[in-house]
Amino acid sequence: MRDVAIVGVGTTQFGRAQWSLLKMMCEASHDAITDARIGDREIDGIFVANMGAGRNNKTLGIASALVDRMNLYPTPAEAIENGPASGASAVKTGYMAVASGMCDLVLVCGGERMREVNNLEATECVSYISHRYAEYVYGVTLPALAGMFARLYMQKYGVTQEHLAMVAIKNHDHGFVNRKAHIRERVTMEGLLHGPDVANNNPYVADPLRFYDCCPVSDGASAVLLAPASMAGDFAKRPVRIAGVGQATDCQAVHERPDPTELPAVRIAAQKAFQMAGLTPADIDVCELHDAFTILEIAESEECGFFPKGEGHKALERGETRLGGKLPISPSGGLKARGHPVGNTGVSQIVELVLQLRGEAGPYQVPSAKRGFAVNFGGFGNNVVATVLSEGV
Amino acid sequence: MIDELEAMLRPPKLEMIPYPPKSVVLANGETMVIRQASTDEVDTMLKIIQPVTWLERDFYDIVSARVFSELLGWKKYRVRNAYCLVGTIDGVLAGIVNGRLFDERYGISYHTLALRRGLRVGSHLFAAKMEYHIEYLKQEEVWIVAESPIGHRRWMIEYPLRPKYEIQHELGGAPSWTLTRETYFAAKPRLVTGTRPVSAELLATSYPIKEPDLQTFLVQIEDTMEARL
Repeated sequence: MRDVAIVGVGTTQFGRAQWSLLKMMCEASHDAITDARIGDREIDGIFVANMGAGRNNKTLGIASALVDRMNLYPTPAEAIENGPASGASAVKTGYMAVASGMCDLVLVCGGERMREVNNLEATECVSYISHRYAEYVYGVTLPALAGMFARLYMQKYGVTQEHLAMVAIKNHDHGFVNRKAHIRERVTMEGLLHGPDVANNNPYVADPLRFYDCCPVSDGASAVLLAPASMAGDFAKRPVRIAGVGQATDCQAVHERPDPTELPAVRIAAQKAFQMAGLTPADIDVCELHDAFTILEIAESEECGFFPKGEGHKALERGETRLGGKLPISPSGGLKARGHPVGNTGVSQIVELVLQLRGEAGPYQVPSAKRGFAVNFGGFGNNVVATVLSEGV
Repeated sequence: MIDELEAMLRPPKLEMIPYPPKSVVLANGETMVIRQASTDEVDTMLKIIQPVTWLERDFYDIVSARVFSELLGWKKYRVRNAYCLVGTIDGVLAGIVNGRLFDERYGISYHTLALRRGLRVGSHLFAAKMEYHIEYLKQEEVWIVAESPIGHRRWMIEYPLRPKYEIQHELGGAPSWTLTRETYFAAKPRLVTGTRPVSAELLATSYPIKEPDLQTFLVQIEDTMEARL
C-alpha cells in the first residue's frame, strides 16, 4: 500500500447556511483544490460524505450532483453514508483508493444542511440511526441515549454536572476564536449551572444533559484532497500524512450492550489506528473528539487511551485538555461550538487537524503540533472511525 | 398641548402599572437588565432596528420591520395600551419585546426581537413580557402568534401554549395561541427567572440605550461569509 498524504483542505462557515447543500460543498471543495494548487492534474476519484440530504434537502445522488456542479465529470464519484461517522468513513475510503493505487488524486467532501428543516425534524432524522424496533419506535432520540449514558457514567465514575459544563466552557472558549465556528459565545459555570437564571439559560434536554451539553444543529461542508505521499511535494502546502485509520462497530441497541458505559468500538478503532501508525496515545499533540454531547468527550478521551477509564474528567479538571494543556482536545471548538453538520463532521475534524499540523490554525493553534488524532462517532458508538495524522511525509 | 384633531386621533388608554426592572445572569456570565422602555427611547431603538429590516434571515426582516412600525405607532400615539420592554447588557441593546392590552382581561403579545444571539436573550425577554401581563397587569390571558419557526419553538412548544384559533390576533393571519394564567404559572419555574430589585447602579447602566456595534450584531445574525466581508 502507498502512503497517503492530505495535500489540500477547505471548509465553509458553520452555522445556518443561506444557500444550498450543493453550493456549500462546492465552496469547500473549491477551497481544498485551491489550497493544494493542483494545476492541471486531474482528480480521479471523489467521495462525498452526507447523512440526511435525502430527507432534509430532498436530494439524492449528491456525489453525482457535486461532480456536475463542479464540472468534474467523468471523474468517478460516490456518496458514503455512515451516520454521523460518514465524514471519516469517506476519508477512509479515499485513503484506500489512493493507498491501493486505484486513484492518484482524490477529493473527499463532506456536507450537511440540517437547518433546511426545523430542529425537531433534524433531531428526528438523526434518530433514524437508532435501532428501529428497540429504540426509535419508543421515541428514543440521540439526546435521550446520551442522557441515559451520562447518568450511568456519572454514577459509576463520579462525573458531575460541573464536569459536563467544564467541557462546554472549554470548547466554547476554543470556538470563540475560530471564525468558522457556529457558536461564538463564551459560557461560564455561573451562567450554566450556579447562577440565578440557570433554569432558562440552560434547561434540561435529556436529564442530566442540559441545553449547553448538546451540540448545535449546524450546516457546513468541508473537503480534503488526498494524493500519494510520493507526490505530495508537487503541491503547494506542507503535506500531512494519514498515518493510521481504524474502524470498529458495536451492537446497535445501546441497552443490549454488556455494559452501556463502555464504548468498545471507540477503543478498538483507536487501537487499530494507533497500531497502524506505530504510535501510542502519548505521541499525540492535539485531537478532535466527537463531543456531540459533553459526556462523550470525557468517555472517548478514556476509551482512546489518553486517560485511564474513569479519569477523563479529572484531566479536564486539571486543565490538561484545554488549549495550553498537555493534550488539547477539540481546539477548533469541537462539535459543541464549531458545530455538527452530521455527515460532514468527520471531514471537518480532519481539516482542523491538518491546519494544526501545518501550523495554520491561527488563534487556536497548538504550538509545535506534529501528530493529531480524531474520533468520528457514528450511531451511538456502534460505528466509529479513528484517524491518526502525522506532519510531513 | 395638542390640538383638537390630534386629540381625536389618539386612542384612549388603560392605566398600566410599570414593569419593575429585573436582572438576568446569562449563560456567558454577563448581566442583562430587563426594564420598561419609554417613548423617549423609541428613536434610538428605531435607529438600531432599521438595518435589521433588510436581513432576510430567520425572519429578522419581517419581525424587525413590524417592531419598527409598532414602536413608531406607540411613539406617535396610534396604538392603544402599548408597552415595550428592553434587555440591555452594559447598556447595549440586546433585545426588545412589546405588546399591548386588548382590554383589562386580555393581552396581546406583539414581537420578540433578539439582537444578541446564542444566549437565550429572546427567551428571557419573552418570559418577562408574559410575567408583565400575568403577574403585574393581572391579566387572564395573552394572545400570541409566531411568525418564525424559532418563535414557534420558543413559545408554542416550550411553554407550551394552547391553540386558540377562533381568536383573530391583530398581527394578521397566523393562528392564535394563548398563554393562560395556569400555563404561565406551570412554566414559570422553568422559564421565568430574574432577580429583583435591581440596584440603582446596575439600573443606571441601562440608560441611555447604547447601540450595538452594527457590524458585530449584523454578522452575528447573518452568520455568513458574505456578512463578514
